[in-house]
Amino acid sequence: MELYVPILVLAALSAGFAAVNLLIAAVAGPKRYNRAKLEAYECGIEPTPQPVGGGRFPIKYYLTAMLFIVFDIEIIFLYPWAASFDRLGIFGLVEMVLFIVTVLVAYVYIWRRGGLEWD
Amino acid sequence: MTVLAEGSYASPTGQEIVFVLLGVVTLAAAVLVVTTRRLVHAALWLVVAFGALAGCYLVMSAELVAWVQVLIYVGAVVVLLLFGIMLTRAPIGPSTDLDGANRPAAVVVAVALAGVLVTVIVDGFRTAYVPSARASSGAGSAETIGAALFRDWVLPFEALSVLLLAALIGAIVLSRREIGPAETDARRGGGEGEG
Repeated sequence: MELYVPILVLAALSAGFAAVNLLIAAVAGPKRYNRAKLEAYECGIEPTPQPVGGGRFPIKYYLTAMLFIVFDIEIIFLYPWAASFDRLGIFGLVEMVLFIVTVLVAYVYIWRRGGLEWD
Repeated sequence: MTVLAEGSYASPTGQEIVFVLLGVVTLAAAVLVVTTRRLVHAALWLVVAFGALAGCYLVMSAELVAWVQVLIYVGAVVVLLLFGIMLTRAPIGPSTDLDGANRPAAVVVAVALAGVLVTVIVDGFRTAYVPSARASSGAGSAETIGAALFRDWVLPFEALSVLLLAALIGAIVLSRREIGPAETDARRGGGEGEG
């Protein structure tokens, strides 16, 4: 558990840094509001107007999220596998190859059906 | 559910205090998830709840589970929930119609579930104790879990890959009606909003 003390210190330092900066900006910063300042920040491009009634996003985002979550789960299993690889030997290798191949079937299916193309 | 070593309820160790504090944070964030009027805020409070839960795992020296909690739940599940809010016609601002008529039923189910879980866990781990950080010889480390997972739990692990396969195929069947990339452009105008 002592391993996590530096992580905690780092987290406390970064949280403190953020808090202090917000505080300084609130106390010392000039407050001259104009239209451009009050607009939503969209990485420098002109903000897209929000559609009436909330609007919905394309369903393609759902596929992206599912792809991410599935391969996130796949990769998380690689870590304990790699950590205990020496003890498992060739049996572990076969297991992991089977696992990855099964998930890759889904990947190939999505790829062939054009799920990876955005438009 | 922390069962204290040698019945030392009077003088809890630092580890146990941290565990209880993290539990309080988890519980408070979970209550906020179900009471907030803004769906996006509910998802963000879920991040706090999941994060504090990961801290609980870490205190109980279940290292790998803790980081899986952070990566999968905080990283991926909450993103999926937020995408779900974006994809449906959920409002960004406060909602007034979040409470249905099912509130009494929900209370009954929640109390029953809590009762079952507390009974089972307290009964199952009555004599167990949280290993102190110094004494635990990496019982929750990636190496130990990996050895157990890939030696004793082979079939569930391989079944999981089929589950992931089904999830991905389900996702594309739900989100794409088209067959090939060539037809995608032709039908795009009609198929965009539905689904």
